[in-house]
Amino acid sequence: MKDPDIKRLLYAHLLCIFSVILSTFIPSIFLENFSILETHLTWLCVCSAFVTAVNLVLYLVVKPKTPSKRSSLSHKVARFLKCCIYFLISCFGFHVIFVLYGAPLIELVLETFLFAVILSTFTTVPCLCLLGPNIRAWLRVFSRNGVTSIWENSLQITTISSIVGAWLGAFPIPLDWERPWQVWPISCTLGATFGYVAGLAISPLWIYWNRKQLTYKNN
Amino acid sequence: MPYTTYLVEKGASHSFVAEAKPPTVTMPRIKALMTGSLPGFVDVVRNLNSPVLLEDNVLRQAAAAGKRIIFYGDETWVRLFPKHFVEHDGTTSFFVSDYTEVDDNVTRHLETVLKRDDWDVLILHYLGLDHIGHLSGPHSPLVGHKLSEMDSVLMKIHLALLSKERASLLPSLLVLCGDHGMSETGSHGASSMEEVSTPLVLISSAFERSPGNARRPRHVQQTDLAATLAIGLGLPIPQSSVGRLLFQVLEGRPMRDQLRFLHLNAVQLSRLLQENVPLYEKDPGFEQFKISERLHGNWIKLYLEENSSEVLLNLGTKVLRQYLDALQSLSLSLSRQVAHYDTYSMAVGAALVLESLAACLWPWSELDVLIVMGTVGHVLSLGASSFIEEEHQTWYFLVSTLCLALCQDVCRKHFLGCSKEDGAPQGDRREEPGPREADPALRDGAVRCAMLEGTGVCGAASAFEALGSAERQMVLASPWAVLCCCRLLRALNQTGVQGAHRPDLGHWLTSSDHKAALSALTAFSLLAVFLLVHRRCSPMSRVVLALGLLGVYCYRAAIGNVMSPWQRGSKDVSKGIMEARFVYVFVLGILFTGTKDLLRSQVAAAGAKARTVGLWEIHSGLVLLAALLLRPHNLPVLVSSLLVQTLMANFIWKPLSHDTAEVTVMHYWFGQAFFYFQGNSNNIATVDISAGFVGLEQYVEGPAVFLTAFATYVGPVLWASHLVNYLSSEASSLPALRHACFCYALVGSVPVSAYVVLVTSLRYHLFIWSVFSPKLLYEGMRALVTAAVCSFFTAADQATLART
Repeated sequence: MKDPDIKRLLYAHLLCIFSVILSTFIPSIFLENFSILETHLTWLCVCSAFVTAVNLVLYLVVKPKTPSKRSSLSHKVARFLKCCIYFLISCFGFHVIFVLYGAPLIELVLETFLFAVILSTFTTVPCLCLLGPNIRAWLRVFSRNGVTSIWENSLQITTISSIVGAWLGAFPIPLDWERPWQVWPISCTLGATFGYVAGLAISPLWIYWNRKQLTYKNN
Repeated sequence: MPYTTYLVEKGASHSFVAEAKPPTVTMPRIKALMTGSLPGFVDVVRNLNSPVLLEDNVLRQAAAAGKRIIFYGDETWVRLFPKHFVEHDGTTSFFVSDYTEVDDNVTRHLETVLKRDDWDVLILHYLGLDHIGHLSGPHSPLVGHKLSEMDSVLMKIHLALLSKERASLLPSLLVLCGDHGMSETGSHGASSMEEVSTPLVLISSAFERSPGNARRPRHVQQTDLAATLAIGLGLPIPQSSVGRLLFQVLEGRPMRDQLRFLHLNAVQLSRLLQENVPLYEKDPGFEQFKISERLHGNWIKLYLEENSSEVLLNLGTKVLRQYLDALQSLSLSLSRQVAHYDTYSMAVGAALVLESLAACLWPWSELDVLIVMGTVGHVLSLGASSFIEEEHQTWYFLVSTLCLALCQDVCRKHFLGCSKEDGAPQGDRREEPGPREADPALRDGAVRCAMLEGTGVCGAASAFEALGSAERQMVLASPWAVLCCCRLLRALNQTGVQGAHRPDLGHWLTSSDHKAALSALTAFSLLAVFLLVHRRCSPMSRVVLALGLLGVYCYRAAIGNVMSPWQRGSKDVSKGIMEARFVYVFVLGILFTGTKDLLRSQVAAAGAKARTVGLWEIHSGLVLLAALLLRPHNLPVLVSSLLVQTLMANFIWKPLSHDTAEVTVMHYWFGQAFFYFQGNSNNIATVDISAGFVGLEQYVEGPAVFLTAFATYVGPVLWASHLVNYLSSEASSLPALRHACFCYALVGSVPVSAYVVLVTSLRYHLFIWSVFSPKLLYEGMRALVTAAVCSFFTAADQATLART
């Protein structure tokens, strides 16, 4: 791949990181008593809205591939609806996984669901934007050697790092420090956010470091 | 308890809620009551070798002053104070299932002793309530009956004391206290609120009668009793007591006496501070003590000059308050121990570093990375007291992550297999008619598989290919089924320090309103156990197993845990000894048959089949014993254990061809998780002692210890036994069993050795008694169980070797 490609990737990721940081500061201008720990659910909604918006903008503006066939309006609307449905399915899927991991079933449902929403925002929304609602393409990208461009490579890295971040964020829960950020689901959502931001920061660097070894099978 | 309530509310008494410090087990608590010191503060090493209490205590001072002490009750007192009693009768404290005779043994002496005049101190230690708690929990109907019995004993003693006082004109003191409380499940040992709160009621005609309004009991420390008793009896306060005099008992006395007693207490505490804290002069309590001593001196001067009583009273009150504050600060400084640093941050840092190293292990499959990281992470987590208290969370987390990793593995193999057929939708694979036709597809699959994955996965993929579509769906669904099972079991028993008092399904089932639900659940679970286990047994052992499970239900009906259809109304609950012994006979029968088959396989020609049948029969014997010893609400745990074993063996390990090491570690992890699903924890309070008395008339040490240990470690033992069965039935490779034994021993011994090192370095930690020592006991026991399991492995391995 060429260096300009990597530069574009880097700028796109910087924009995403910036949007996450903005989501922590902008709402305090409009709302009183806004803080990440106190009004956590509000922050989750705001953050996922910002990240989704940025990802959509990147998709519309910086699109790496242009499928020129079948771009009629009804088809576009159908695609958009399919994307929304996949996003909702992934939210519910994550919610079920969290309950199976031990989250309470009947209490704190909204908190668990919003955690699922934000984790889907970090993982599913970039997949949808980059690859479209095409399960086959997703399976191809997440198998070990199926990537075909640096965008897909970076998608792998950010998705896995946000999931690992959420997983590591569960570690402080059994401790008896009684800090406000140990309440469910704050430590896990913060872990997922840190993982996502770390993935966004690391992937251009990693790709740049390994640009000689990475070769892609191009269709 | 009507009489006690009357005394507390209207009588001449002072009542408190005394907080005990962990471990809330009888012997340390008796030490705390009599010496006023805390176990970790004074050097306990002296007491490790001899059970005799060597520290200064109230009883020793009393005996030295010539007081005559009589004791009836728990023989722990006789062991702690062997020469102090002029008369004693100790009852053994271990026979938990008896709660009437232990108390009758004490009460029978009461009549005669209360009439006599030749004693000064009478100590009675009743064990019945404690035993009832262990047997059936704090909400059982037996508790009310026992409390009325205790109330009548109290009334008898109090009235006898009052009549003695009319004769001798000296007031007497009746102290009603508890050594520890009772947790929600009825046991004790840890530091939950219900276990550390004990009642303390001091009744004496020397106190003033309270006005009519109800007083709320004050909260004090259990160690305050020793100082109060010493001052009350006119004895020196025990040297290492950290308690404060309970000031309320001095209310009616003249001010000079009150100040004198407070001064005595303060001097004793300050001297103790001087000995043990290097910078004692800077301590705020010591400074306050010096100020109060000076003020006391001023007050004495005023008193001797016989100044006006108004000024005297005001100054006296000020001195009093100063003394009380000084005592509080001194007591706090002495109870506080060396500041602790939680090694958690260090552990987390190390864990994060190691997890990031996982990126270097990329060529390994995710499952192996997870297994290694999980083991390392668990060992590191043992350094933090919170993680030991909540160790069940670690294991549940690891098991859930393992299931998800297996899910990912299965999906990867399934979807990659499907993506070979271009355009074919997911479930639409035609069944391969036979191995020959499948060959070209397999070869193709193998080739493409080599392109997409590492070469090590090819064998697994081809084994997976050979499955039909129905089996594939079972394979895809099994990790999710296991996850759901584990999630349901998590709701059954809340365990650990933070969750133990929260209501869970187990509590709901054992409450007496829901006996019908419990009976239905028990019957259903026993049926499910039979269905899951009987398939690979020989016909005779199948019959014996069925009869044994029926016997288990009869036993539970006989002791009153579940309802039985043939008992109308509530008959007397018996101990169910006959039914339990029947089940023991069946268990021994099955184990004998299994061993016979195993030995026969060494000799006869039909070796392999007889061996697998023999090993499976031994497994089913252990399952039957577990069904007998587990409490009825825990039978779903047994059923789930067997269900998960079946699912994993048939649909995950065989189709995906996991190697021996992975299978062994997964068995070990599941064994650990099921240990906690049952309700166990790293707390001494959750050991179910009543399992050691199933089918026994009285306390017999050997069988009781064995049965209790088996009932506690049912999870790991059953999973280990299943591992032996699985590996023998594989018949793939002979060294598999030896390799598995080595892996199991390694994975079991690494945490123990690391933990011993950790405990040695953490021996001055604040939580050394409440958290780290109980865990050490559990680890030691588990090491014994692991050793027994490995010897069983070796025996089965020898059987294999001798055959070939």
